[in-house]
Amino acid sequence: MVPRLATDALTAFYGTSTGVRDVTLACRQNTVTALIGPSGCGKSTLLRSLNRMHELVAGTRVSGRVLLDGYDIYEPGVNPVRVRRRIGMVFQRPTPFPTMSIAENVAAGLAVGQRISRSERAEIVEHALRRAALWDEVKDRLGDSPLELSGGQQQRLCVARTVAPEPEVILLDEPTASLDPAGTAHIEELVQELKREFTVVIVTHNLQQAARVSDVTAFFYLGELVEVGPTTRMFTAPTKPQTEAYITGRFG
Amino acid sequence: MQGRLARRLVGSTMTGMTYGAAALAILPLAVILGMLLVKGAGSIDWNFFTKSAVPVGEPGGGFAHAIVGTLIIVGLACAVGVPIGVATGIFLAEFGGGRFGFVVRFIADVLNGVPSIVIGIFAWTWLVKPMGHFSALAGGVALGMILVPILARTTEEMVRLVPNSLREAALALGYPRWRTSLVVVVRTAAAGIMTGCLVAVARVAGETAPLLFTALGNQFFSTRVQGPMAALPLQVYVYALGPYDEWHRQAWAGALVLIVLVLALSLVARAVVRAKRQHA
Repeated sequence: MVPRLATDALTAFYGTSTGVRDVTLACRQNTVTALIGPSGCGKSTLLRSLNRMHELVAGTRVSGRVLLDGYDIYEPGVNPVRVRRRIGMVFQRPTPFPTMSIAENVAAGLAVGQRISRSERAEIVEHALRRAALWDEVKDRLGDSPLELSGGQQQRLCVARTVAPEPEVILLDEPTASLDPAGTAHIEELVQELKREFTVVIVTHNLQQAARVSDVTAFFYLGELVEVGPTTRMFTAPTKPQTEAYITGRFG
Repeated sequence: MQGRLARRLVGSTMTGMTYGAAALAILPLAVILGMLLVKGAGSIDWNFFTKSAVPVGEPGGGFAHAIVGTLIIVGLACAVGVPIGVATGIFLAEFGGGRFGFVVRFIADVLNGVPSIVIGIFAWTWLVKPMGHFSALAGGVALGMILVPILARTTEEMVRLVPNSLREAALALGYPRWRTSLVVVVRTAAAGIMTGCLVAVARVAGETAPLLFTALGNQFFSTRVQGPMAALPLQVYVYALGPYDEWHRQAWAGALVLIVLVLALSLVARAVVRAKRQHA
């Protein structure tokens, strides 16, 4: 079975130096893959290469392939804008669009491309907010400014905004880094829900979080993929000594 | 003990001096406003706003032609200057990283320093002379040329203030660059851009030198943009230099109206910013 998302010898460059080298990784459909490793190991660089966000910085480039359902998204002629509509991303800090209301924010990714009626749009907004576990808290104030929400609620709003256009893969870049424990717990529950419909890749600094939410864990160090495997095995019986050292907290 | 007292004294003196400097800075504005109110308020009446100039000696003349003229000429200036200036500012902030952006920015900064009388002469050479007569159109274009570099730089500053994380969020949703710039970035910076426009327009409304060679001024009420037209600063200039007391009185009143216009635009600009901040 073709994995939903896979990389083949992927290397991401910043000018002449590499952020991450020769990564070959496969993410099966409806799984959560966690990318872990100490600061600067390249996990965020890899994540951003998966939806062609890495190339937005001047002087960067990518070699190797990233396969979405078997098709290379870096093939010449592929429009990166269309790739990003199929692979969504949630960032570390919540970024609601301040000039739009809550409902408009959720629908922001929809406007791109399709003509939808107002009632359809309202349905999609409700469905997305329910999936982000935010509907009950905002259903009476969909027209309000998102800046009135708490940090955790704003981050869930960003998740709703990302899932509304029904992407196939959702990338999460340390989504709970700026949240308090309650907000973090909400998002972690959310990830478990999301994997039923989407394929999720999450970068996290928090080892316990990786152990809690992911099915597969990939450990990176100094730009290389050191080891990847089922989460339970990675955390109980890692094969590489570096993996064990990181997991047991001896460094990083 | 001695040292601590000396330090406190120096501290207080310095603080006092900064307060003094601030007061000194506000003083000219307070004096100007006060003087204009004293000398000009008395001449402001209904006639002032509804009647145009009348022959010397006749009562009941006003500045209606000049007020309407300023509104028309400034309106033309906005039509020319605001789209070009704001669009340039957006370009500089979003796509202006390279050599071309550097050149545009440099030229805008240089143009900001060009004396307005030179802009007026330029407009005379390229608009008035070929057309064969003075016109409000030429005046509007001249003022618009002053607006463009100001707006380009202030718009650029405001658009740069939009955090990069918002741009990234839009791009990650699958927005192409142009849509990111227009829908997310510019919308977020809109209040700041509008403030910049209001302040620039207030400044340009009071420019006299460029209008000397372009709109020229007009004794009569006219809304014909292809012909000479009166404007507040021009009328104040002519009346202030004239020999008649009646004219002097009206010049004071005209100056007062001009400064009230500038103040009103600035206050509106601040209100827009405050409303935006409260909403956020």
